[in-house]
Amino acid sequence: MAFGFNNVKIEEATTMIKVGLIGAGKMGISHLSILGAHPDVEIVGVSDTSKLVLDVLKKYSGFKVFSDYSKMLDEVKPEAVVVAVPTKFHTIINKTLLSKGIHVFSEKPLALKAEEGEELVRLAKEKGLVTQVGYHNKFIGTFMEAKRLINGGHIGDIFHFTGESYGPVVVKNKQNNWRADPEEGGGCLMDYAAHVIDLINYVIGPIERVSGAKLESYYSRNVEDGVYSLLELASGVGGVLSVNWSDETYRKMSTSVTALGSKGKIICDATEIKVYFKSSDVPGGYTKGWTIKHINDFAVPVDFYLRGEEYSAQIDYFIKSIQKVVPNDINTFETAWQTDRVISLIKNCAKK
Amino acid sequence: MDRILFGDNQFFGVNHASDEKSRAQAIRFKDDSSIIRTLGYAQEAGINTFMCTTHDRISGICDYIRGNPDKYQGFKIYPCMPYAHKYANAVTELGIVGTLKEYVPGNFFGSIFKGGVAFVSKDYLSMMELLIDAEMKMFKGISTPVIFLQNVVTDLLLGLGMKEVLKSFYDYVAKKYNAEAGFITMNLPKLLSVLNSVGIENPIVCASINSAGFRMSGGKELYEQTLKQGKARVIAMQVLSGGAVSAKEAIEYVCNLPNIESILFGASSRGNINETASLIRQFDRTTELSESK
Repeated sequence: MAFGFNNVKIEEATTMIKVGLIGAGKMGISHLSILGAHPDVEIVGVSDTSKLVLDVLKKYSGFKVFSDYSKMLDEVKPEAVVVAVPTKFHTIINKTLLSKGIHVFSEKPLALKAEEGEELVRLAKEKGLVTQVGYHNKFIGTFMEAKRLINGGHIGDIFHFTGESYGPVVVKNKQNNWRADPEEGGGCLMDYAAHVIDLINYVIGPIERVSGAKLESYYSRNVEDGVYSLLELASGVGGVLSVNWSDETYRKMSTSVTALGSKGKIICDATEIKVYFKSSDVPGGYTKGWTIKHINDFAVPVDFYLRGEEYSAQIDYFIKSIQKVVPNDINTFETAWQTDRVISLIKNCAKK
Repeated sequence: MDRILFGDNQFFGVNHASDEKSRAQAIRFKDDSSIIRTLGYAQEAGINTFMCTTHDRISGICDYIRGNPDKYQGFKIYPCMPYAHKYANAVTELGIVGTLKEYVPGNFFGSIFKGGVAFVSKDYLSMMELLIDAEMKMFKGISTPVIFLQNVVTDLLLGLGMKEVLKSFYDYVAKKYNAEAGFITMNLPKLLSVLNSVGIENPIVCASINSAGFRMSGGKELYEQTLKQGKARVIAMQVLSGGAVSAKEAIEYVCNLPNIESILFGASSRGNINETASLIRQFDRTTELSESK
């Protein structure tokens, strides 16, 4: 694999990493398949609460399975663990793993409450462990290109930005799992909006203040289905967040970021980036006026593809961080904690 | 298999290169009649195989095909199952066990849950068989000589090392539907070696193959080497995902590769269907000529 994140020179990695999985639900099984195909990974154990899932994984994949994750940690001693359990269990499990000196890839968001993240960040730093959170959009080529153009000043001073995400998760009055329970980390804010907030923090700039927020429920009884908010960056630049997981006109989750600047404009989603330049002072590959580029031009080549290059790329980045081939500076617990803090600002603002 | 197969992504708002185009297509093909009309354009262009997802809306198309046998003489459908978003959305809402309870027909699931968790291996595979049957219902009476497993499932099983499940799909489709199994994958070289290891010789495999190397996991060179070995009946898809390359160059690339039995493409307009089909035929003739020299 030849990844060039942050222009780090990549050498051929050979160390095998012993990896365990905690939580074999939708995301966990997808991670497990990607890990299973990774040449530098040995899957040493899988833990979950579903006997059926464990039974299937044992029978057809031959994995060592555990209904109790502590037992897995003691018995097979993984060097790294991927955590894909409901959000309310993230903190307790991630803390246990870090205390035991285990590298952690955790699903997003980092924690149920913003306060919980601080200790995890400190612990990871003290122990010198690799941490990563599954904000996979950062591994999508179009968003990487948007970041490059904005950070390079190519569209000038940013006047305003918009972050949006829409999809068909809850489109009827029926839901009875953890995603519908605010105490477990359910709701459109934690599930959908977290991705957009994290992406704005990364591509445009860190969000510092929330000056308005509205959480709306359409179908869900206990959680919000829509999140609308006015955001402000440290630089004072303002933007709008508009997220809704009850929109069935979208076949699947669709996230986009728009930024208007003094020299041009960028409209970017996971499949294409549209860039408008006001003058001929443009970076290579672009022209004055509109240029549209597709993911085909930016897709990060991967050795194994499951649901999108980004899912394989993020796992590969985690493994290579442990091998010290890449610097572990994308999606760390620290940046995910920043996202948690914005989530908390939005919640508090909406309550007012 | 025919040389040219017609795909269905354009009908259901699937466009890997543009979310915006996806939505435009979803609007364009809102009615079944618009899909049927476009299938007609494909037939006029000499294409008689429709490779499609087991999307709910295909069932209306199947009704039309059954109702108009004269119009569809010799017409074949290659079903590709499952329509993954249906299950993915269900798993988000109901969890894995909840989804199985919802979609595995009959009392099957209830009965194995009673009396605790006395699972035997046979149960999982028969559960898969019931799911296949449920997906195949809409095609009753229509010729479906090849039945595909969608890439998200093929590749999931591949990564999980569940070879036996891939083999069971292959065997069941042959036994129950007298059809050959096909596998859609984004990981052609890896998949072929795994299929070979469970005794599946010369499988039908559909994979992204294009001059840009887009969605060719492991790289274009590895794919080209794999094709040279000629150990599979390969269908090339996403052939036009060539980035800056023109349709002509993109198709020339694929037509010049060895051991590609069929080319799958989807298009919305009569003009694009005709253009792509005639480009394939044109480059096939050129290749034949140069080979016979």
